[in-house]
Amino acid sequence: MHKVIIIGSGPAGYTAAIYAARANLNPLLFASSVEAGGDLMTTTDVENFPGFPNGIQGPELMLNMQQQAERFGADVRLEDVTSLELDGPVKKVHVGDETHEAQTVIFATGSAYRKLGVTGEERLSGRGISWCATCDGFFFKDKHLVVVGGGDSAMEEATFLTNFASAVTIVHRSESFRASAVMLERAKNNEKIDFITNATVTEAKGEEAVDALELTDTVTGESRDVPVDGLFIAIGSDPRTHLVHGQLELTDEGTIAVDGRSSRTNLPGVFAAGDVIDPTYRQAVSAASSGMIAALDAQHYLEALED
Amino acid sequence: MKNVTTSTFDADVLQAEKPVLVDFWAEWCGPCRAVAPILEEIDTEQDGLEIVKVNVDENPDLAQQYQITSIPNMKVFSRGAVVKDIIGAKPKAALEADLADFL
Repeated sequence: MHKVIIIGSGPAGYTAAIYAARANLNPLLFASSVEAGGDLMTTTDVENFPGFPNGIQGPELMLNMQQQAERFGADVRLEDVTSLELDGPVKKVHVGDETHEAQTVIFATGSAYRKLGVTGEERLSGRGISWCATCDGFFFKDKHLVVVGGGDSAMEEATFLTNFASAVTIVHRSESFRASAVMLERAKNNEKIDFITNATVTEAKGEEAVDALELTDTVTGESRDVPVDGLFIAIGSDPRTHLVHGQLELTDEGTIAVDGRSSRTNLPGVFAAGDVIDPTYRQAVSAASSGMIAALDAQHYLEALED
Repeated sequence: MKNVTTSTFDADVLQAEKPVLVDFWAEWCGPCRAVAPILEEIDTEQDGLEIVKVNVDENPDLAQQYQITSIPNMKVFSRGAVVKDIIGAKPKAALEADLADFL
């Protein structure tokens, strides 16, 4: 039986693994097969993670975290957890046909990209509609793109896409932006970027590939079609909780409920960390800090069991 | 997995006797690098389907011809025609389910 199993491989999961490994808890970490490293794997420059005065590429940062965890003995597996039994003193983690048992589980599965939920989105996904600028920007050389969203990811994607596109329009539902001042300024100062505020995308149109978007004004309610070659969606993300539905309590915001500033869920021995418990900040730094809290909470729980 | 280029695409893919899965990928695409070892595994575990890869950076004309706008994009060709189109990296079990007809 393992002392600690960690599920998730973003900054929360890897930081939990670093702390747990250094406490000689020999953590086993399931990183997933195709999403190992989490959201930062599709990010380019990370400029707000302390310790990197010149910034660092997202994938490099995540590889560093993984190596740091492995250096202290964390067992990182590129496998997908398929189901969980979290009740009782022995937690069961199912990975396909295999079952792994642990005294504690740290759940750090992060969040999944939010969809617009409009007509045409599903059908045209991968056909001009994308969630990954670093993957797909290359295919839109000299094209006109729309990025929808008002946060840092939207600004970063729009700025990155100007490396390829002839013009990028940021569509945002209001006039106030969640993005940090530095990211917003950078986008505003970019000659290739323009803004349409107080508008939402209400339909994606096109036969084989997206060729127009229906935009609806959030103030007047009027709709119009805007021709585009591609649409990048960056409207945030939702906590990824499907593995624990019916087992862990959730908040009204859909995040996993934890006790105060701790990582303790409603089940003893089950801890949660990172974006999956955070409806507010969702930064690499806050996720890392949250992973540390979960590892220390798990350590204290295990110590209490021995007394 | 064999690397197919613009000049070998016809012989290796379009004229092939058995179905061929073409993985359109690029070095700078994280999800492409994540799914590559899974495709490698599937390739060695069965022989109903041959799996090859096309680097879109080095073969932009192929990417354009097949209207690739999102990678990884895995297309199954049978007798010269696209018979299956999978977009985005997926775990092995999900890919095998998508490809069940060919494995």
